[in-house]
Amino acid sequence: MSDKTLTLNQFRTLRKDAWWKEPLLVVVVLGGFAIYATWAAFQNAHYYVAPYLSPFYSPCLAENCDHLTLPLVGSWWNLSPAFLILWVPGGFRATCYYYRKAYYRSFFLSPPACAVRDAAKNYSGESRFPFLLQNLHRYFFYLSIVILVFLWWDAILAFRFPEGFGMGVGTIVLIVNAFLLTLFSLSCNSCRHISGGYLNSFHSAPLRYKFWSFVSRLNLRHMEYAWVSLIWVALTDLYVRLLSMGVIHDLRFF
Amino acid sequence: MAAQDVNMRVWRGDASGGGFKDYRIAAGEGMVVLDVIHAIQAQQANDLAVRWNCKAGKCGSCSAEINGKPRLMCMTRMNTFQPGETITVSPIKTFPIIRDLVTDVSYNYEKARQVPAFKPKPKEADGTRRMFQEDIDRVQEFHKCIECFLCQDVCHVIRDHNDNKKAFAGPRIFVRLAALEMHPLDANDRIDLIKEKAGIGYCNITKCCTEVCPEHIHITDNAIIPLKERVADRYYDPIAKLLGLFSQKNK
Repeated sequence: MSDKTLTLNQFRTLRKDAWWKEPLLVVVVLGGFAIYATWAAFQNAHYYVAPYLSPFYSPCLAENCDHLTLPLVGSWWNLSPAFLILWVPGGFRATCYYYRKAYYRSFFLSPPACAVRDAAKNYSGESRFPFLLQNLHRYFFYLSIVILVFLWWDAILAFRFPEGFGMGVGTIVLIVNAFLLTLFSLSCNSCRHISGGYLNSFHSAPLRYKFWSFVSRLNLRHMEYAWVSLIWVALTDLYVRLLSMGVIHDLRFF
Repeated sequence: MAAQDVNMRVWRGDASGGGFKDYRIAAGEGMVVLDVIHAIQAQQANDLAVRWNCKAGKCGSCSAEINGKPRLMCMTRMNTFQPGETITVSPIKTFPIIRDLVTDVSYNYEKARQVPAFKPKPKEADGTRRMFQEDIDRVQEFHKCIECFLCQDVCHVIRDHNDNKKAFAGPRIFVRLAALEMHPLDANDRIDLIKEKAGIGYCNITKCCTEVCPEHIHITDNAIIPLKERVADRYYDPIAKLLGLFSQKNK
């Protein structure tokens, strides 16, 4: 037998598999998205090319917008209009139960993987400020639904070309974007609770039970919707940006 | 198929310390890790302490960490490992070691004792209580728990921060609380306890409990998150409170 003074606490982990791969992948993809989204928001240019509006700038609320959706903010706003709305989807994803798992593991190493020791010595989880604010997730959900309505409106407007009704690759890109974000939003755990999860008796609320059952089915794939919608929304912005810069040209079906 | 020799590295020791000891032993076809531990006990280390009972994944006794992953020894087949691989078996880390692979899991029972029991609602006018299938389906999942405490073992809140044990009940207890709290005929209110005494705020939903559950209970999504949302209803959602949404009277 080896040294009698050993304790299991001396081992950071006894796992032999490549447990570090998943957190590393999350750092690359989520970190990459955060950097791209921040850069795109600061650009304040190339976010609209008729009839496509980038989702990072939708709804466009400032008078200085290239494509004004609602004139809620006057000309005094001279920053990028993206900053007026990006905090909503940003807050929704930051407080999302799935993303919390992803970034607590990957960025906070708390824990980096199951049965691998936490990086921090002290831990209070979400019981104290600032992580106590994660409890506001449902409010971000409500606001995200409002944004989602505008994204669907943008997708409908993507059929309206300067010369009339039409459809291009960009139209499909915007429709898919709105669809994926709808799946992500409706599969949210707070939505599941609000739709009927708070009830103890479904029998007395058959409609809410149906809605809860529907959301529960979607919720099983919340993680997949989270990633696919995240990547697609960045690609949508990139597509509009490249069109606007003249780097690529939109393929028109009719 | 003839038996093949396998390399096992088993934790030996007690509360004062210990270490890994290597064993090479024959493992036959269809054997699980618990079989091999029993073979070591029978042939090479008669004093090896191991807790087990049903050998069918239903009693929850033989929890251990195999190659560092919390698992039931009786449900881990030897043919899932690479030939020649050294397989490490250690006791579940979160609880004090009594000896070798046996730990003191009394923490879990102490926490369970703090949970107010089921309190039935008053009977209906005809003297009965009725439950409907759609209402019972949701809590049925929680009753599959075999109390192996692998979820408690893997939970980093107490695994890596022993001082949190006072303030945090752990995933197994949240499953129990969810089963009671969502029960259509239960009249007790445990929301304050879930927040304060059970410390649900400590959970940062990293889902390891769900990953290791041998009964595949969706601990995080179906028990912990719904409880967190119920706590949010009462403590962190002033608008819902103002409008009387999601409150007890609407349940």
